[in-house]
Amino acid sequence: MINRPDKAKLYYPHMPATWWLRKRSYFMFMLREFTSVFIAIYLVVFLISLYRLGQSEAAYAAFVDGLRSPGWLAFHWVALLFAIYHSVTWFLSSAVVLSLRLGTWEAPRWLVAGAHIGGWLVVSVAILILYTVL
Amino acid sequence: MSEETITLNVTRFRPGQDSEPVLQSYTIPYRKDWVVLDALNHIKDWVDQTLSYRWSCRMGVCGSCGMMVNGEPKLTCSAFLREYYPNPVTVEPLVNFPVMRDLVVDMSDFMDKLKSVKPWLIREEEKPVSEGEYLQSPAQLGVYKQFSLCINCMLCYAACPVYGLEPDFIGPAALALAHRYNEDSRDQGKEQRREVIASNEGTWDCTFVGECSVVCPKHVDPAAAIQRLKVDNTKSWIKSLLLPKGGRA
Amino acid sequence: MRNIKNFEALWWGLFSAGGVVAAFLVPIHIILSGLGAPLGWLEDSPQVYQLWPVRLYLFVLIALPLFHCAHRIYHTLPEIGLKVISKPLAVLCYGGSLVGTLVTVWVVASL
Repeated sequence: MINRPDKAKLYYPHMPATWWLRKRSYFMFMLREFTSVFIAIYLVVFLISLYRLGQSEAAYAAFVDGLRSPGWLAFHWVALLFAIYHSVTWFLSSAVVLSLRLGTWEAPRWLVAGAHIGGWLVVSVAILILYTVL
Repeated sequence: MSEETITLNVTRFRPGQDSEPVLQSYTIPYRKDWVVLDALNHIKDWVDQTLSYRWSCRMGVCGSCGMMVNGEPKLTCSAFLREYYPNPVTVEPLVNFPVMRDLVVDMSDFMDKLKSVKPWLIREEEKPVSEGEYLQSPAQLGVYKQFSLCINCMLCYAACPVYGLEPDFIGPAALALAHRYNEDSRDQGKEQRREVIASNEGTWDCTFVGECSVVCPKHVDPAAAIQRLKVDNTKSWIKSLLLPKGGRA
Repeated sequence: MRNIKNFEALWWGLFSAGGVVAAFLVPIHIILSGLGAPLGWLEDSPQVYQLWPVRLYLFVLIALPLFHCAHRIYHTLPEIGLKVISKPLAVLCYGGSLVGTLVTVWVVASL
């Protein structure tokens, strides 16, 4: 039996829209979610640069020239910080989601997260090298 | 010599009398081996017997005494006054739940949600008792054991902003329990639970804030359970697209 | 086939795949195209983008994280008080990522 009190006598709390400012962990969660805004804007800008490249090398060069403005440089620095924050939080989350088991042994989370971060650094360096040699 | 004292600011709400909860201050003797629940019991026994709150075991097992202590969901039987002394301690009812009286919240919504995920072993066909028990290896037990340790204290619901914003969300403890039975090698009820789990109010509302797992006094890790349920739902959905009859016999 | 109606599984699957792609690949590409190219850190060699395997790679790099971002934005804005625009937001976010995918196909094909 579930005891059901008279709803009219209950006090219903209200959650303010600023709930995420009240606790550090909630704020860090919201920062994590907002990495997506910066990543999305970056991807659109990158897509436009590719579109310009499809037009002509000169059009591409002019577009890249435009990215030299302080505003765009500042944006890309901030976007880089947010993107790194996304990567780190994503790998830490992946370590929570993935459960790698061998019999009664379960891979500890620091190991799973560490392997992801190591892989991330390797992939990043590989892309950097490929970009310069290709 | 004057006695050391500590101030507790405690939520009072008298239904039909107060329009909203208010804080009431009590200054009581400070003992360094007291937990917040001891302080509440002292108030109830010696200062103000009208104060209402739930408690039972005093040893972190029954899950009755969950409250907000200085804004954090805690089992008051495990929150020592010395962590806060000499500052005052604010004790409020668990957030995200309707308040019945003082520190007592209405848990009927939580009970309904627990029930909705069918938290028991489901067999397609029960084997007769004469054939013996359903055996399980330590490795099979290890897969779900952590998720079976929930004491239904509801601290995770108080920590979950998604539940606060979307009261229909099934929530951390109930979904962790669903995962516990899904992962049990003796269970065959996963498809029966999917209807609830794979609904919007099931796992999909969760945005993986992760605070449920942080506040859990039993380290159940509901956040991990919910994300694993999402992975399973997605796999099952892809299977239903690729295979005729949705991959089910 | 009840699950076929379960679009949330589709969106979440794309969100996760895009999250993985973004986590592994986006930071280095911001360094390359957002900072390195305009600041001349290394010789900009955009011709590499025209190789066919690289075009496929670019499609994955852009399209999947777009779904990731759309899903996150759609789930987050209602949490900070914009619950009333939840429906148009869904159209905007998921529709935007679908359009973005088509545009990406077109852009990488005409490089």
